[in-house]
Amino acid sequence: MQVTLKILRFDPEKDKKAHFKSYEIEADPLDRILDALNTVKWYKDGTLTFRRSCAHGVCGSDAMRINGRNRLACKELVGDIGKKITIEPMLGFRILKDLVVDMEPFFEKYRSIKPYLINYEDPPATERFQSAEDREIFDETTKCILCGACSGSCPPFWSNSEFIGPAAIVNAHRFIFDSRDQGSDERIAVLSQSEGVFRCRTVYNCTDACPREIPVTKAIEQIKRVMLYNR
Amino acid sequence: MYRGQSGMWLWVFHRLTGVGILAFLFLHVADTYLVGLGPEYYNELVFLYKLWVFRLAEWLLVGAVLYHAINGIRVVLMDFWESGVERHTQLVFGTLGLFLLLWLPAGIFMLKDVKWFA
Ligand code: FES
Repeated sequence: MQVTLKILRFDPEKDKKAHFKSYEIEADPLDRILDALNTVKWYKDGTLTFRRSCAHGVCGSDAMRINGRNRLACKELVGDIGKKITIEPMLGFRILKDLVVDMEPFFEKYRSIKPYLINYEDPPATERFQSAEDREIFDETTKCILCGACSGSCPPFWSNSEFIGPAAIVNAHRFIFDSRDQGSDERIAVLSQSEGVFRCRTVYNCTDACPREIPVTKAIEQIKRVMLYNR
Repeated sequence: MYRGQSGMWLWVFHRLTGVGILAFLFLHVADTYLVGLGPEYYNELVFLYKLWVFRLAEWLLVGAVLYHAINGIRVVLMDFWESGVERHTQLVFGTLGLFLLLWLPAGIFMLKDVKWFA
């Protein structure tokens, strides 16, 4: 099928402002948006810049706005999106070039919630035992691939560069609800600051945007309730 | 532009109605303050509130207050009530339903004897 890709382009060396450029290409309905972008880059305009690595929805490199919603380019099929496809970089991040955004502030917030197991006891001779039920509690938030689609879909994240954002909260959830972890207080201390979890306005864009189907809003609300009820 | 979820539009209207109510509050403080200068000034001005434009605006104001209150309760429920997130869709429809149920009849009462475009 013939599709039109309208891509928001920005070259920091030449452009003052981002601008749209359209490309007509031939694509199969079963092609992914990533294939369509590759077609443009390989055969039409080699200057087009975007991130991708695994091409299988695992690495989280290619989150972008596809027809107005944050999606992974490697998970969306051209046939599902339609003949007219608008592709823009995610909101809430500084654009480095074309579809590539600066993820560093995002990772800094991620690191601030200490995304690793904290346990002050000496490791036992065998394992730190955890029952299947206890593992189940935080199962969904283990699936995060740090693509940034949730944070980039969040209005408070767009307007407040200090807001920690849904992705960092999801990863805090993964450890706060882990029965083996003892670092909850440290993480809650970060999340209860004014730019923490209560900046969330339950807009639900994050839940829709997550390519891993993590119920992001639900995880955020669970953390809010820990703070509201366990003090 | 971001093609957001229902929650995003509810949130946008929550903001707009909040700012709208605040703006009215300032207006209201200003007009009530006129009494301080003397009743004649106040009486001079309140005729404004009988104009159809103002009557309509009053109805919109009632809408803003109702919406802001009901949606506010939805947001509070979301935070405090464990099943709030699972019931998101029902809460959205409940909010809009209750809002219309109160606002439309209020319109009939408030606007029935307005002389339009007079
Ligand atoms: S390229 Fe790895 S997630 Fe899309």
